[in-house]
Amino acid sequence: MLKQMEGSMAVAEAVALARPEVICAYPITPQTHIVEGLGEMVKSGQLENCEYINVESEFAALSVGIGSSAAGARTYTATASQGILFMAEAVYNASGMGLPIVMTVGNRAIGAPINIWNDQTDSMSMRDAGWIQLFCETNQEAVDVHIQAFKIAEKLSVPVMVCMDGFILTHAYERIDMPEQAQIDQFLPPFNPRQVLDPANPVSMGAMVGPEAFTEVRYLAHRRQMDALELIPQVAQEYAEIVGRDSGGLISTYKAEDAETLVISLGSVIGTIKDVIDQRREEGEKIGCVAIRSFRPFPIAEIRKACANAKRIVVLEKCFAVGMGGMVASNVRMALSTQPVPVYNVIAGLGGRPITQTSLHNLFNEAAADKLEGLHFLDLNQEVVERELERQRLDECSGSVAENILRDIGAVAASKV
Amino acid sequence: MTMTMTEQMLADEGCPAMTAKDYRSDVKPVWCPGCGDHGVLLALTKTLAELQLAPEKVSVVSGIGCSSRIPAYLNTYGFHGVHGRSLALATGLKVSRPDQTVLVAGGDGDGFSIGGNHFLHACRRNVDLTYIVMDNQLYGMTKGQASPTSAPDWEKGKLTPGGTGINPFHPLVVALASGANFIARVSGTNANGAVPILKEAIEHPGFSLVHVLSPCITYNREQLDWKKMVRPAPVEATNDPGRAARRLMTDDNLNLGVLYKGDRAPYQPDLRSRGVSVADLEAPFQV
Repeated sequence: MLKQMEGSMAVAEAVALARPEVICAYPITPQTHIVEGLGEMVKSGQLENCEYINVESEFAALSVGIGSSAAGARTYTATASQGILFMAEAVYNASGMGLPIVMTVGNRAIGAPINIWNDQTDSMSMRDAGWIQLFCETNQEAVDVHIQAFKIAEKLSVPVMVCMDGFILTHAYERIDMPEQAQIDQFLPPFNPRQVLDPANPVSMGAMVGPEAFTEVRYLAHRRQMDALELIPQVAQEYAEIVGRDSGGLISTYKAEDAETLVISLGSVIGTIKDVIDQRREEGEKIGCVAIRSFRPFPIAEIRKACANAKRIVVLEKCFAVGMGGMVASNVRMALSTQPVPVYNVIAGLGGRPITQTSLHNLFNEAAADKLEGLHFLDLNQEVVERELERQRLDECSGSVAENILRDIGAVAASKV
Repeated sequence: MTMTMTEQMLADEGCPAMTAKDYRSDVKPVWCPGCGDHGVLLALTKTLAELQLAPEKVSVVSGIGCSSRIPAYLNTYGFHGVHGRSLALATGLKVSRPDQTVLVAGGDGDGFSIGGNHFLHACRRNVDLTYIVMDNQLYGMTKGQASPTSAPDWEKGKLTPGGTGINPFHPLVVALASGANFIARVSGTNANGAVPILKEAIEHPGFSLVHVLSPCITYNREQLDWKKMVRPAPVEATNDPGRAARRLMTDDNLNLGVLYKGDRAPYQPDLRSRGVSVADLEAPFQV
């Protein structure tokens, strides 16, 4: 059914279609609307047979989820930013125990300095925690991918994080084609847990594992992720057959076949990139893009194939590994280590800085001329940076960088008391 | 310890006294009209003026939430930390700089749910901090969800369909049981009434909890009535934990005033007063 609705509400409805049995909720911007929407559905009776628990923190949210999932309940929660950092220990625990929890991350920057706006550093901080990570370009994708996430998670006994850009998707109103309950019931069977609470065979979960077996447990977690490389496209195909729309898969490409410049990114910015590609294609430039949907497992073979004929790769990402560069780019470079193609890394949109078409055109002009540095920061205000560096040179006790810059750009009063 | 320039000025008889205004920064609060936190800000500036504390001798530490914005509105040192960690952070600040008057501010969500464990141990540790909790019985910044102090039948909370259905957290009882040395309640709707109590809390050694009924009329309009419902506590403060326990356990959350004033010695490793420097401590480890 076609509806005009907010991304968060659309995700809430999609999650409800998956018939979750336990939902753990704690408010954090920008995901709060999702769990609020689910709360409304529980209240109105639209979502039945679901234990909805408002908890005391994100750490509690995922810990409660671990308990309910271990007891065999289909479990959902959502978080963002500081919330995912706070629950980090439980994030590793859930995957280590093979519990197929589905969790939305409404992508938001991590502080300090505190910032509520969008980038993807939050979910990226957990990229190696053993969860499957799927990134959504649009709210329609978010709806479809959430439903698929339950199936992927439960088939593999691995938790899945569905990542969607905070505000840009969570708070945007778009037209959504919501699947029917009967379709989802056909697509997603009831949860049949790999480990169950069986009175005839009581087990202790979370056993201590020493050096004699730890490597094997970890290796098998990796094997499960490798299995996901096959399962994710299969599930997308099954979903498409029932719902009539292809929204999943490991990657998607746009005008990539003959592209000399290939842009790789993930999340909602792909929409802007496609618009810019269309404009440049009209000028005759051979440019296309690849959207990474599954960041974990990382689709090495698909990336290699998509990049096989490109003359240059531009990886544009809204996350940043301080002291190294891009997190996505380093994965792409690893995938392309046998292909002699330059990979330019562009860090963009941190803390909600808009990624405009103009900036992308300027960037792609430089890329086409192979004038980009290996690591480039889109729209970095060099003047502000230089002023702060100069201050640090002159004064050993120059104070907090964040507050200094806010004063420089006039965001707070210039005078110090 | 040498005096700061402001302290020297304040010590000078001819110098005009600090006024409440002098403690306000020029940042305009983001709080809604009618929010009790406005009253707390006013009360706090008036209290600091009464104490004539140099702004640089005061640190205000907060977590996350509407009320945790308060350091930005003060001309003292401010620290806007991680959600729920203000008490831990303030503990570190106070033990390393015992000369600072350290105030900790935040809300019921920040202090009693996500930061609940630190609340227990800050009371227990009894470092000389004054913890001002602006309790509106909900999460305001994320737009109206239930908090640990919400009434179990409050149905408007957006993450608690049909109400929380569970007992509200009683911070004063928990504080007493955990070892807080001073427990009081004030109302955000009566700034002048809060001033003497805040002053007493700051001056009392050890961990002081000032529970503020700070209405959020945006997400719970019924809290407008708090102003009429609150009353001065009918009895004087006691230093007897047993009597205080009985009083607090039967408290209806509307009694204002100092409810418990203990005499536990605060935790304060004041190395300087013992004539010990960091260098002295390091000396035995020199190779």
